[in-house]
Amino acid sequence: MADTIFDKSRPTRRAAAQRVESRATEKFVPEQFQRLSPPMLPEVSELQAVRHFTNLARRNFSIDTHFYPLGSCTMKYNPRGAHRAAMQDGFLNRHPLTPTSHSQGVLSCLYELQEILQNVTGTAQVCLTPMAGAQGELTGALMIKAYHADNNDHERLEIIVPTAAHGTNPATASMAGLIAKEVEVNADGDVDLESLKRVVGPKTAGVMLTNPSTCAVFERRIQAISDIVHDAGGLLYYDGANLNAILGRARPGDMQFDVLHLNLHKTFATPHGGGGPGAGPVGANELLAPYLPTPMVIKSESGYRWLDQAERPKSIGRLSSFMGNVGILLRAYAYSLMLGGNGMCDVSDYATLNANYLMRRLSDAGFHPAYPVRRATHEFAISLRQEAKETGVTAMDFAKRLLDYGFHAPTTYFPLLIPECFLIEPTETETKEELDAFADAMIAILKEAQQDPEFVKQAPHEQSVGRLDEVQAVRQLDVTAH
Amino acid sequence: MPFIPHTHADKESMLDTLGIASIDDLFDEIPKEIQCEGLPDVPDGISEMAMLSHMAKRARDDSAGICFLGAGCYDHYIPSAVWDIASRGEFLTAYTPYQAEASQGTLQLVYEFQTMLASLTSMDVANASVYDGASALAEAILMAVRVNRKSKSRRVLVPASLHPFYLATVRSIVTHQDINVELMALEDGLSAISDSVLNDAIAVVVQQPNFFGLLEDVDALTTRAHDAGALVIGVVNPMTLALLKPPGDWGDTGADIVCGDGQPLGIPMASGGPSFGFLCTRMAHVRQLPGRIAGRTQDKTGNWGFVLTLQAREQHIRRAKATSNICTNQGLLVTAATIYMTLLGPQGLNEVASACVRNTHRLAERLTELPNVSMRFDAPYFHECVLDFEESTDAIQHRLLNSGILGGYPLTGLIEKGDQAMLICATETRTDRDIESYYRALSDG
Repeated sequence: MADTIFDKSRPTRRAAAQRVESRATEKFVPEQFQRLSPPMLPEVSELQAVRHFTNLARRNFSIDTHFYPLGSCTMKYNPRGAHRAAMQDGFLNRHPLTPTSHSQGVLSCLYELQEILQNVTGTAQVCLTPMAGAQGELTGALMIKAYHADNNDHERLEIIVPTAAHGTNPATASMAGLIAKEVEVNADGDVDLESLKRVVGPKTAGVMLTNPSTCAVFERRIQAISDIVHDAGGLLYYDGANLNAILGRARPGDMQFDVLHLNLHKTFATPHGGGGPGAGPVGANELLAPYLPTPMVIKSESGYRWLDQAERPKSIGRLSSFMGNVGILLRAYAYSLMLGGNGMCDVSDYATLNANYLMRRLSDAGFHPAYPVRRATHEFAISLRQEAKETGVTAMDFAKRLLDYGFHAPTTYFPLLIPECFLIEPTETETKEELDAFADAMIAILKEAQQDPEFVKQAPHEQSVGRLDEVQAVRQLDVTAH
Repeated sequence: MPFIPHTHADKESMLDTLGIASIDDLFDEIPKEIQCEGLPDVPDGISEMAMLSHMAKRARDDSAGICFLGAGCYDHYIPSAVWDIASRGEFLTAYTPYQAEASQGTLQLVYEFQTMLASLTSMDVANASVYDGASALAEAILMAVRVNRKSKSRRVLVPASLHPFYLATVRSIVTHQDINVELMALEDGLSAISDSVLNDAIAVVVQQPNFFGLLEDVDALTTRAHDAGALVIGVVNPMTLALLKPPGDWGDTGADIVCGDGQPLGIPMASGGPSFGFLCTRMAHVRQLPGRIAGRTQDKTGNWGFVLTLQAREQHIRRAKATSNICTNQGLLVTAATIYMTLLGPQGLNEVASACVRNTHRLAERLTELPNVSMRFDAPYFHECVLDFEESTDAIQHRLLNSGILGGYPLTGLIEKGDQAMLICATETRTDRDIESYYRALSDG
């Protein structure tokens, strides 16, 4: 194992990066409030720090270094220009509580982004503050709850989610004080309408759907679903995780969704940063717009300004310390400017072309798409159940061996209802050559699995560590170095 | 087609493989009635050069001057190496480290981050971050309710001296789980709790320093809350912990859950986000901690490595019964903060904190030399304090802005006579000259 930074630490050693004139503080901080022993932070030179973290970086797969076909995560190229635009001093040094007179630059960017996202989704208003998809979901669930409460409809506490839904959907329902109810998915990947009719009723607050769905197919009966739910007095929530598939082809607003969130770190190419930050703006139709969170940006005669709680009496309120992840919003805005409406249409076209092409290449090689009669959307699922049965090599083993071939693994074991599942999302920014190389690697691994299954089951072989023991990590919990 | 690599030949060959004539055919499962004809209302794309020139102008519009604003977001110096390294593509463009063997860089860094935060707060464990300080407090309260299951009440006491945006966020999030958020009394800017108010509370929130910059009697508050059977949630600024008693050492047995915002640790102000929220706790409560946690383990040949652990708490496994719905966190900011803490070390962080304390005291002392400026509170303060003026802070703020000074945060509506009071802050980046400029701009009025 590489040493941790603490192994490199020596008492009194330090970096020159930050030296401030030392001053006594005893007279300002009385003894009863003082810390008695210093925190155990590393004591290293600046070069040691730079080298340590540079070497850590080199032990990561990333979009910049590897094909990263992680289904449902849209790991497309993150343009450097958008990063640079947001990393300008004027934006970085702006304090969040700066008066609006000196904030017209950032406010105008945010206002225009709101407008772009309204157009892209077909909604009446957009609020940018939710800080990730899951917080966007919570926002939507709280808005639906607030709407029903406003109509004295206090019994509507059930949120319906498909069995294939992402885990955040039911977890969000619980966090909003609602009860998640599941609806079955058919063998063709679409929601089962009979099952839906059975579960909707006077207790239905709403339904959360992703379209294309988490099964990676377009929910063809969306209009029927919308009618069933709305006729029962419920509302429709759109989880924007898969919006990359339909940019400029279909808009959630036109599908009769009442409220939705977008994942800007997916569709709008902002960097995932090893787990975040994201941004999860929420859009709503006229019915639900009054419940959007604060703050939002409006344009008035005297310029752009924040719309606060007093002007939004029905708003579900504030969800962040300040205005959400503004730096991410600026990157998404820069990306939108470079793409434009025409470029956004190309995104869904080529994301879909790449996914369908790769699905065909894999199915021609004998792999099994989960929904063989359906089109791929921007992604597709395959099931490795038969391969696992014949060779004992599981989807997890395939995933680990792919790393040795220089590919990040697709999403594994999601959606849960597809056994030994790979959810594969190539994105529009990958070349045909890269897709071919990935398909060739899958074919090669299948051959290895047939000839020497044990070898594949022990993968990876060429990474800085072998397959790590997750059971030991839980049983002998070791979460700090001291 | 920006960022799309397909040549005409690529496209034709792929369509050929698929046996279709055009890309349109791939969308034939979308019902005609809901298809749209492109995005005519979104303007056409522009070049990177044009975009950058447009956004450079917008960024220039926002230069306001010398910053004496704090109130939860602080103007600290960030060493060059922090963002040079955090912006490397391998950190910037990686996803959540679900494939551990391909993500050892991020995972080891998170483990090191957890170690640093646990040591700063004197707690046992830290998670890999949540969105920001306000949402961290909301999660901490939900966690306290899960931990203190014995308690029949749903009451959580929070200080009236809590950051107002934190309070608003907490209310938006936790009230939906039938939790009552009650404000404690405020005496001379400090929290006061009586036994009758404590009564059956599940948890007591203590912010140190509080929103007004004042130092609370955290030892007494912690011990009294514990005596009454309540858990203690500490809300802290991690930078201040170089000097201040860490929450793990407060009172009898220390705080039970600690949270806060990591912005002071190498994160640009950037209009308030992205920053990151942190959550620390005792080992006994680790299974109720929301968010990701990195742990050390071994591979089959005994090499040490790192994985995401205790995932059975999380939404992708537990679904509706998860500790939280959080999935995406603020990983990149954690990367920057870990590099920042490493570059500063204990001595560097101590110097930054000391300079902040000293500069703010110097600023307050200088400004209150003016006859119409006075200190609101008597209690010891850290690197923020409340000043009273004899005219509206709107007018003062306007005048200061004309001299290139962001003078502070007007407290209109937040305390008594708040329209003539302002919360000020001077970090280590403010010089004696900056302080003199403030003094002169104010006295010129």
